[in-house]
Amino acid sequence: MSPVVLNTIEVILNGLMTGVMYSLVALGFVLIFKASGIFNYAQGVLALFAALTLVGFQTGQVPFAHVINATFGTDYHHWGEGMNTVLAILLTMAVMVLLAWLVERLVLRHLVNQEPIILFMATIGLAFFLEGLGDLMWGANIKVLDVGLPSGGSFWWEDVTRTWAAEGTEYWGMYIDVLDVWAAGIAVVLVVVLTLFSQYTETGRALRAVADDHQAALTVGISLRTIWVVVWSIAGFVALVAGIMWGAKSGVQFSLSLIALKALPVLILGGFTSIPGAIVGGLIIGVGEKLFEFAIGPMIGGATENWFAYVLALFFLMFRPQGLFGERIIERV
Amino acid sequence: MFYREAGDFKTSYVDDQQTFPIRFDRWGVRVLLLVAFLVVPFLINDYWEKSILIPFLVWSLAALGLNILTGYCGLVSLGTGGFMAVGAYASYKIMTAFPEVNIFFVILLSGGVTALVGILFGLPSLRIKGFYLAVATLAAQFFLIWLFNKAPWFYNYSASGQITVPERSVFGIVVTGPEAASWATYLFCLVFVVLFAFVARNLTRGRLGRSWMAIRDMDIAAEIIGVPPLQAKLSAFAVSSFYIGLAGALFFSVYLGAIEPTEAFNIDKSFLVLFMIIIGGLGSIFGSFVGAAFMVLLPVLFKNIMVGGFGWPTDMVQHFIFVLVGGLIMFFLIVEPHGLAQLWRVTKEKLRLWPFPH
Amino acid sequence: MENRVTEEPTPEAAVTERAERSANADVLLDLRNISLSFGGVKALSNISFDILTGEIRAIIGPNGAGKSSMLNVINGFYHPQEGEIWFDGKLRGPMKPYQIARQGIARTFQNIALFRGMSTLDNLMTGRITHMHAGIFWQALWKGRAEREELAHRERVERIIDFLEIQSIRKTPVGRLPYGLQKRVELGRALAADSKLLLLDEPMAGMNIEEKEDMCRFILDVHDQFGTTIALIEHDMSVVMDIADRVVVLDYGKKIGDGYPDEIRSNQDVIDAYLGVAHD
Ligand SMILES: Nc1ncnc2c1ncn2[C@@H]1O[C@H](COP(=O)(O)OP(=O)(O)OP(=O)(O)O)[C@@H](O)[C@H]1O
Ligand SMILES: [Mg+2]
Repeated sequence: MSPVVLNTIEVILNGLMTGVMYSLVALGFVLIFKASGIFNYAQGVLALFAALTLVGFQTGQVPFAHVINATFGTDYHHWGEGMNTVLAILLTMAVMVLLAWLVERLVLRHLVNQEPIILFMATIGLAFFLEGLGDLMWGANIKVLDVGLPSGGSFWWEDVTRTWAAEGTEYWGMYIDVLDVWAAGIAVVLVVVLTLFSQYTETGRALRAVADDHQAALTVGISLRTIWVVVWSIAGFVALVAGIMWGAKSGVQFSLSLIALKALPVLILGGFTSIPGAIVGGLIIGVGEKLFEFAIGPMIGGATENWFAYVLALFFLMFRPQGLFGERIIERV
Repeated sequence: MFYREAGDFKTSYVDDQQTFPIRFDRWGVRVLLLVAFLVVPFLINDYWEKSILIPFLVWSLAALGLNILTGYCGLVSLGTGGFMAVGAYASYKIMTAFPEVNIFFVILLSGGVTALVGILFGLPSLRIKGFYLAVATLAAQFFLIWLFNKAPWFYNYSASGQITVPERSVFGIVVTGPEAASWATYLFCLVFVVLFAFVARNLTRGRLGRSWMAIRDMDIAAEIIGVPPLQAKLSAFAVSSFYIGLAGALFFSVYLGAIEPTEAFNIDKSFLVLFMIIIGGLGSIFGSFVGAAFMVLLPVLFKNIMVGGFGWPTDMVQHFIFVLVGGLIMFFLIVEPHGLAQLWRVTKEKLRLWPFPH
Repeated sequence: MENRVTEEPTPEAAVTERAERSANADVLLDLRNISLSFGGVKALSNISFDILTGEIRAIIGPNGAGKSSMLNVINGFYHPQEGEIWFDGKLRGPMKPYQIARQGIARTFQNIALFRGMSTLDNLMTGRITHMHAGIFWQALWKGRAEREELAHRERVERIIDFLEIQSIRKTPVGRLPYGLQKRVELGRALAADSKLLLLDEPMAGMNIEEKEDMCRFILDVHDQFGTTIALIEHDMSVVMDIADRVVVLDYGKKIGDGYPDEIRSNQDVIDAYLGVAHD
């Protein structure tokens, strides 16, 4: 194979890996949308918040230390050596559940029957709130998140691919981050677990009932409020997984919440209600933006990843307003 | 009986259709305008100009623009930052290509250019709605900023990639660049704001405004009773972008003087303006001003209290403001979706009845 | 006027009758062989009927018969796969709903479709939108043509407000009004259009007796005072028999009856349809 072909393959592979990350965030969106019809803009910030909290627990940070120190002139930092990763993850999960409960209690409950766009704007408010809160609690500096997953380029893959190059060409093998492969694997496991959960557990079935028909679910006695807490908790869990992956890859920092924005075009492609849609959409966007940057980017100044996903979604909407997997929207009077 | 609308009988529809039908409001606005034009210019100093008054005026224009699109026509846009950038770069290109054109018209023309770009990005609104459209406007935001960064033509091939405003004057009074006096820049912006607030008020209460609101409230019924959706939506995009373009042009040429697009017009600006209209009041001209004032004053206030009072570092105050604003957004959407403007209206109603409730 | 029969006429008779009628300027709207389907669902199959200038024409039929779909076809929201629509003596080409509104067809909706955030006055003013033409420049200044137009139309709308006795809710956002009043405002919005043909989709649904009587009176008054041609969908038979000049009956998307109220009352197909006799 010629190096051009090999490079293209490498770009596609990396695109797929990036796509997995988008899919993970989009997955959280879809879950909440299906169960409550809410377009949760805060999903990306949930991931950031989860990652910040996890690092905080792991390293034994004192919450709000900065605020306390600045106000009272004290000097708190850490309360100890930190804790074991598994425990920290469990505790973070507990925080996410608490958060879900609070969100339902304080916000969602008061917004039932509001128009979707109002709910959407409320979640934008939530996103800002959580972003500020996360920074106040744990500090805004970029943090390293290490949960023990391997990372770095795979030498084995580099060696294998080097042999694919045609004789006499200069080719040094493909670069692929082991962490990305892990992320992809974990994403697959996550989707399988979620599917099993919704198929084989009581709560899962209730969730699906609500997603299918709110009214019917209510009449058979499923409490919508409980469902909302559950589904926001699950979305919190998905956010935690996404936060861990993304944080391990590029540090826990504000830019994490920008992936949330990228998840929006993913959803437009995949539709708001389809889990496979979220995954396929994420992969299309991931591969699409990497390929575009690789092929066209250099000609027009590069950094096209900034907008490619959105413009793709825009064009796509012009032809299929309901998304790739969505049903046709029928309007009646 | 502080505030009266009863006893203010209308004898004809002409009276009822005045800009401010209630006498009290009419006088209030007159006094406000007198103070704004005749008193403030003598009191203004650099601090008030740069941190409060000019930002307030510029953001008011942007909020008016977004409110026309979102509050009146029901189309949510997250592309405000991008459209402001169009206004800014249009003014820069016009100023440098045609130095003889008066800055007043440069700003107007920049609004016009932005209106055209707005129409272009508004085209998808004919087929898509709600948050689908919100996402589509993100394309405008990110693509436009990228374009201004990457295409050297826009910044006249300057080495830094920045654009810097040349000095311009109106009636011989310098209004742009470092030499401009505080009162001059203030009055220059004020003229635009007053003029176009008046225009917005007129547009929103006439045929065009009604067709926007009809589309917002029930688009299918609107079309069936005779509102052309294409015209209504695109005119909303055009007018809205025009205002936002004006704001962008003033933001660059009068307020900052030199900008770099990624910083000046990033997505946070889009959210900022969206928050202004939610807090101030969706679908309210008055609310656009209240929201802009609120979002401009809030950080100033808290910086003073917390940096000055508690000795907090500025970035922490910034995060605190995030929490506060995020909380307020949720609060307003839950408690008073019509924003501060509605709270004001309710207060007026109470005042009218005072001291005899009911 | 010749005596119309409720059974399907023989093909030749139909042709001559049609020819006669199209020649007759009295026909305001003529629907010919309209068929409409959604995927597999045949909402309307091969329906023909006409509406004469100045009459009140009722469209009745059981739930899901296709009545609302018929109105949606008339004002261009649905596009029938087959058939011709003649309005005001001209064959109608493909048109958007708002263009059809401009030609003079106004309507109300089965589920109230008011502009909830706007006041009663603004809702009615929006009803007149097809008559307003001032350009954006004059509107921005609220001067010249724009101001004159606003005033003239305001006066027209005030007449309707007086007529419907809704003066006291002029400035109230309609979302806050009770159901019965909303129905009335919606009628007002349709009246404001000064249309040639007024389509009313169940204007009395969900009302109590008193409200129904009021509504009936308004409809008859409109008809008498302005001579408006009205097509009306209604489930309440007594109302239909009282106010309609002629009635067309739909069932499962087919026309099963067409004629004067007393003919319809005695039509066996219609009776069967309402009693739910099995279809073959
Ligand atoms: N947009 C649409 N898409 C799919 N099917 C439709 C659509 N509109 C109407 N239908 C179907 O067409 C048939 C006729 O509906 P229509 O609303 O015209 O009935 P109707 O006579 O007005 O009934 P009702 O008395 O309940 O108002 C129904 O089976 C309905 O489900
Ligand atoms: Mg119906």
